[in-house]
Amino acid sequence: MTSAAEIVTQVERDDVRARWLLSAPALLIIFFAAIGPLFVMLAYSVMVKGDYGDVRFGELSLDGWFSVLFQRDIFDDTIGLADAHLSIFWRSVKLSLITTLVTLALGFPTAYFIATRPPHTREVWVFLVTIPFWTNLLIRTFAMQEVIRNEGILNTLMIRLGVIDQPIQLMYTDAAILFGMVYVYLPLMVLPLYASMEKLDFRLVEAGYDLYATRLRVLWRIIIPLVRPGIVAGSILVFIPSLGAYVIPRVLGGGKSMMLGNLIELQFGAGRNWPLGAAISITLMAMVMLALLVYVRNAARSGAQHG
Amino acid sequence: MPAAPGRNAIEVRSVSKLFGTGEAQVAALDNVSVAIRENEFFTLLGPSGCGKTTLLRLIAGFDYPTEGEILLYGQDIAPLPPFKRPVNTVFQSYALFPHMTVGQNIGFGLEMLGKPKAEVEARVSAMLKLVRMEALKDRRTSQISGGQQQRVALARALAPQPKVLLLDEPLSALDYKLRKEMQIELKRLQNETGITFIFVTHDQEEALTMSDRIAVMSSGRILQVGSPWDIYDRPAERFVADFIGDSNFLPAAVGAIENGIARVKLLSGAEISATVAEGYQPKAEATVAIRPEHTTAVRTGGQLPGSVENVVYLGTDTHIHIKLDSGGNFTVRQQNMRSQSCGFEVGERVGIQIAANAAQVLKD
Repeated sequence: MTSAAEIVTQVERDDVRARWLLSAPALLIIFFAAIGPLFVMLAYSVMVKGDYGDVRFGELSLDGWFSVLFQRDIFDDTIGLADAHLSIFWRSVKLSLITTLVTLALGFPTAYFIATRPPHTREVWVFLVTIPFWTNLLIRTFAMQEVIRNEGILNTLMIRLGVIDQPIQLMYTDAAILFGMVYVYLPLMVLPLYASMEKLDFRLVEAGYDLYATRLRVLWRIIIPLVRPGIVAGSILVFIPSLGAYVIPRVLGGGKSMMLGNLIELQFGAGRNWPLGAAISITLMAMVMLALLVYVRNAARSGAQHG
Repeated sequence: MPAAPGRNAIEVRSVSKLFGTGEAQVAALDNVSVAIRENEFFTLLGPSGCGKTTLLRLIAGFDYPTEGEILLYGQDIAPLPPFKRPVNTVFQSYALFPHMTVGQNIGFGLEMLGKPKAEVEARVSAMLKLVRMEALKDRRTSQISGGQQQRVALARALAPQPKVLLLDEPLSALDYKLRKEMQIELKRLQNETGITFIFVTHDQEEALTMSDRIAVMSSGRILQVGSPWDIYDRPAERFVADFIGDSNFLPAAVGAIENGIARVKLLSGAEISATVAEGYQPKAEATVAIRPEHTTAVRTGGQLPGSVENVVYLGTDTHIHIKLDSGGNFTVRQQNMRSQSCGFEVGERVGIQIAANAAQVLKD
């Protein structure tokens, strides 16, 4: 005979076990696909680099992390800032910020246009915005190259029209990367903006006009505050992939204009410095986390407003 | 607000508004003309889709007329955008800004007009006092009740002291008790501010209790403009008589007319007196409208014989539905007395007694 208390404990124990078993698949995926690799990366970043890539297991060193920002002079061993790395960090952040601002400036009127169409037509416009996703990013980037290279469509057209005598060097510049990123990430800005604007009550816009607000003031005081969650979401969706962009700077920036993604690839490839590559990767991730933190805080604040 | 009586605040001149193109084109307003006097509580009354809200939106400036002029104190405002018109609107859904407090909502119009901060503050306080909401100045609009939102919407529209206030079915979202309260409140606000109110509603009771004058609309046209008394007691058309209150309609022959009173012969052969519109000429085939409460059912006599079909007790009064011998139905409404019941049985023979001049000859 078992007492009631024993049965209760047994049931509770079974319940706990069942819960673990049921969530096991998810936990395994999270561990092996998400958290596990992060620990591997962290481990690699604190080991001594191998002569032909890889690392020497068991030999710990902070050289990888040190090299993210600093470098030792080859001749006198003095420590200085790694100018090359810093300029790549700066370019990545700068280009990502500009990309975010430009896509916002282009995406806002686009989303507003779509949101103010009749409901049936809206679907068609949203569909059109998503069409570029059907083509592989690499192919779209090479197509971009065809447009902006010295003998490309843009330069040929401008020379024919007599606007310029000599082709403008666009390829392998920051401008080319910017151009490419704006083109590729624009839909990621338009879609969340549209989602916010679709929910916007346009009677509030009318109320604004009725209360003597001009079009510009209605935009600043009513529309922008109300679609802010969309602006924040779109900005994050554009900023994060821009920061880690690899294909676009590789093709359009060549070896001259590198971004973080290319720097990381270089360490794992020709640079044969896996600890440094791992350390930069984690640094990039930290930057993304920071951006997300800003997003979550902003979203929470605007959410409270609409209560 | 001292003003010469009878001055027109708003004058709508032959305004038409078409929506759509080609085959699908519909006229929301069809050659509408109406003048609204200064300091008046004017109501646009009609069923949904009659064009009353379209007319209001044209006056507010959210839409532009296809044809015609809209004058505000003699000046054509039809081409002006809404933010250049000294006219404010209370929206059906209130349309309060959810990202602002009650106080910020009320001050918005004044702020946009570029008033100094101190003046805006003072005016917001005065407005909150006017609508009795002083305690809720810093609340978010989502944290107050529907009735309170209604008051904020009113205060927001009144704060910039518009020349004309437009109200688009503002009471329709409120429950019965609150609606009654707000009807009195609106009337009080109109008296205190002296602003011309143009009120849109489909609720005849709301229109009759609050308005100085009413315009009854149907299918994009204004059928009749007049005081609540005019509209109820002297309906010009069948639609007006039917839409506002209950009416019995009887075919009749209109005979001699004298001082606005006509001798009218009913199908039963009885002759009654009926009021007619000015300039009406005698006619063999016409329709008269008779209000149920202006008639009584009697056991002997009466102008119209028939038999009782149904008796409906409604508390304050009783409706007696009667099948007429001359064809058709007739409803009599009798006030209930505590001491006696109306006492009619279904199937009983009755006569209908029509009070003198209770009938109105309709224009057709």
